[in-house]
Amino acid sequence: MRPPIFAAAIILLSSTSAFAAGDVARGQILYESRCGACHSIQSNRTGPKHLGVVGRKAGSIAGFDYSPALKKAKFIWTPKQLDKWLQGPGKLVRGTNMAFTVPKAEDRAAIIAYLAVAK
Amino acid sequence: MKEVIQTASRRNFLGTVTAVTLSATALALLDGNDAMAAKMKDKKGSTANDVGILNVALGLEHEAINAYTLGAQSGLLDKGVLDVAVLFQSHHKGHRDALIATINKMGGKAVAEKTLAQYATDLNAGSIKSAGDILQLARRLELGAINAYLGVIPSLNDKALGQVAARLAADETMHWTLLNSALGGAAPAGPLSFGA
Repeated sequence: MRPPIFAAAIILLSSTSAFAAGDVARGQILYESRCGACHSIQSNRTGPKHLGVVGRKAGSIAGFDYSPALKKAKFIWTPKQLDKWLQGPGKLVRGTNMAFTVPKAEDRAAIIAYLAVAK
Repeated sequence: MKEVIQTASRRNFLGTVTAVTLSATALALLDGNDAMAAKMKDKKGSTANDVGILNVALGLEHEAINAYTLGAQSGLLDKGVLDVAVLFQSHHKGHRDALIATINKMGGKAVAEKTLAQYATDLNAGSIKSAGDILQLARRLELGAINAYLGVIPSLNDKALGQVAARLAADETMHWTLLNSALGGAAPAGPLSFGA
């Protein structure tokens, strides 16, 4: 079994490659208008910061006050998990405080493409 | 319409704003929330979920209030713009008070406000160099709040809470429209431009 950090690096590299053709620029615009109320890349705000979220363990940003439900989450934020999350956070993690959804698949893909490369 | 907004001067922006008292706004919301909160207490399963969502909204309002404080304290705003910023901040304080009252009545614990210094860090206030920077930050935060409030409506278990979220979004849209006008921004090109 691979060490978690190695596995996360593989996820990050593969996801970045997979989303290379995605519309990162459109994803950034969508991110700022849809996610920007609560999140930013560099800072914890109402929601946790997103720098390096792809490949990171859920609920793992030190110092951020996650909901009890997300603190207990065991999964890694892969592009697939992020896609599920954006379709319905409460369906993926029952009891999470996040209720915002992104209904259109192409919008979710663009936002995830941006998250995979955002610095 | 587009031309009107694009050519709106800062003076027009200031002139279109009418005084609204904080207490009237807060009381109007709270009047509706009393009945709503009592009803929600009967639905234990959905109450915790809705309290969590309301606390996220409260976090946005805390941040907006502090963002306007940072703008007001920057010394970069002239008096007319400052007056409008203070007015918008009073709306957010009204939202905050209504949300806290509702959360408390539903048996939840309202999320605490962070320090002004923490908000300054979170919002990268150190990069603000002009009045325009402040207005752009405010416009960005208002847009995010509009989309956030509209985006959570389908997840709320109580229709009355959904109506409150829509009213909050309407206030934020009013703020965004005036800020966008002051910055010379164009009107959205298409219909249904918020919340999707």
